[in-house]
Amino acid sequence: MVEFSRHCPVLMTVTFLIGAVLTPIVSRSRKKFSFWWAFFVSLLGLFFCFCAVWRLYTVGPISYWLGGWEPPYGIEVYFDYISTITLLMTALGVLIIVYSNKYIRHDISEEKLPTYYSLVLLLLGGMVGFSVTGDMFNLYVFLEILSLSGYALVAITGEKLTAMASFKYLVIGAVSSLCVLFGIAFLYNVTGSLNMADIAFRLQQTQPTTTTYVALALFIIGFSVKAAMFPLHIWLPDAHALAPSSVSALLSGLVIKVGIVGILRVLYCVYKLGGSVDFTVVTNFMGWLAAITILVGAFFAFFQDDIKMIFAYSSISNIGYIIMGISLVSFSQPERGYLGMVGGLIHIFNHAIIKSTLFLCAGAIIYKTGFRKLSDLRGVGKKMPITCGALTIAALSIAGIPPTAGFICKWYIVLGAIEFGRLIWAGVLLVGALFVFGYYIKIVNAIFFREPVEPITQVDEAPLSMLIPIVILATGCLIMGVFAYIPLNVIKPAAATMLGLPPTYLP
Amino acid sequence: MSVSELFYKLNVNFNYVVAVTLFIIGLYAMISNPNLIKKFMGLNIMETSVFLFIVSSGAITGGKAPIIGEGLSSGTVFVNPIPQALILTGIVVAMSTTALALSLMIKLYEQCGTLNADKIKELK
Repeated sequence: MVEFSRHCPVLMTVTFLIGAVLTPIVSRSRKKFSFWWAFFVSLLGLFFCFCAVWRLYTVGPISYWLGGWEPPYGIEVYFDYISTITLLMTALGVLIIVYSNKYIRHDISEEKLPTYYSLVLLLLGGMVGFSVTGDMFNLYVFLEILSLSGYALVAITGEKLTAMASFKYLVIGAVSSLCVLFGIAFLYNVTGSLNMADIAFRLQQTQPTTTTYVALALFIIGFSVKAAMFPLHIWLPDAHALAPSSVSALLSGLVIKVGIVGILRVLYCVYKLGGSVDFTVVTNFMGWLAAITILVGAFFAFFQDDIKMIFAYSSISNIGYIIMGISLVSFSQPERGYLGMVGGLIHIFNHAIIKSTLFLCAGAIIYKTGFRKLSDLRGVGKKMPITCGALTIAALSIAGIPPTAGFICKWYIVLGAIEFGRLIWAGVLLVGALFVFGYYIKIVNAIFFREPVEPITQVDEAPLSMLIPIVILATGCLIMGVFAYIPLNVIKPAAATMLGLPPTYLP
Repeated sequence: MSVSELFYKLNVNFNYVVAVTLFIIGLYAMISNPNLIKKFMGLNIMETSVFLFIVSSGAITGGKAPIIGEGLSSGTVFVNPIPQALILTGIVVAMSTTALALSLMIKLYEQCGTLNADKIKELK
């Protein structure tokens, strides 16, 4: 078992990629079979991911040399604590594929089903590969795999507005990927290496030059676009709101987190705290931008009527929380950033679960009623109690009401900001939380406390295959809040290693 | 820095200067042009500039291909093959991006009858 689990980080990436390529072939005669194939492949990927995470917490980080070539020369796959996010990706992937079975047939023709599942598997494979690779150029290739499948998934329904949203996403996303590639080229010219650990080692040996700083700036710009940080967020609302809901859940829950993982990798694994490059100027700047991001996202969400638009703007706001959490670092005293880092990292997980619940619920409501505006959806909660109940749990959770998942991360980030002496950031966070509370109360009020009018009175509960993922995710929102010590135990070593402290560090 | 020094630096780093100039030209073309195809041509110029930057960073004047064989003396200079291998992958990625963008443009043209970004915005 121990010997086998060593191969798991590679196996899960390869499973998704091969599964994606084979999807159109295995379902050539029966298009509906593609669902069962995608379900099987994602379950297999989840299994490998479990094995890898199990090994990480019993034996330690996995370093795997592809083809047996030693790391600075060959490609290294490195499964460390931050790679635990793959567990979230594969588990959400399974649930979203189950949900898609009924939902997506409503939106696309049967001919396109294999294409859809193939793209979803490619997206998952790209994200998993991105999170486990230890090689800079591999990082870029996986970034492009997941971005390209994301652009295609946004436009999969072929409706009028989606093509333009997808095109906008593609152009901005392609420029951001180019920035990342340019950054890799700069770093390669400085260090002559592509392996992350090796680059980190060589950067510590040398005095930083202008090129090193330009590379850092290019990385931050590139990944901030992927993560939708404030001035670079304009592509997000259209792409996330107009895509089919299962795709929105993937994009909003996971794909924007990939940008965060990229920032974490570059700042804390390559440039490193305590190394030769003092990047606290950058993190400070990012923190202020994150504060603006929180306010801008919350402010625009407040004035939307389209239910998916609200969730899309709310994603921007929540990305602000995560970036604020991870940018509360001090260069000389890494332990001061511990609480903020824990909060930021745990919000990656919690926001993914909460936002997928919200988008899947919105999808179920749109699937049944055909409406997406709050004003049309009055009283739908009386007709679809389970879906709307889950939506309410997720909404309370994202607003940060104590027994749910959203509370614990905001609590840690506020503590981190206060400990760091950034009272304005803590204030912004609380104001943002108030705004969030406002617009989610608006949703809950509209769906539960208004009388249903004519078309809404006809609808009934969503089908079982859509309800199961929704209920599991909503339960997840509660469990992550009530039994917060489980995710905290997983996250704390990750936060400590990010800051260069031993994994067992406790404040 | 004197003028002759500046020219010397320009001459030594000529390929890098060209790459960054191309990057900026591409960015300008992408932002300023309302036509979607021309926007995308701007993006392609940017991609090419990055590729040029990486490939030229591995090149050495008079360098040989790094293949072990006859006629090698101890002073033989090799070019770095890694940037070329990277760019081969980069070109594949750029091609798939272009293919996806063009197919999206076909869809847009079928639905809107125009590829002018400003007019598409008005149609919404």
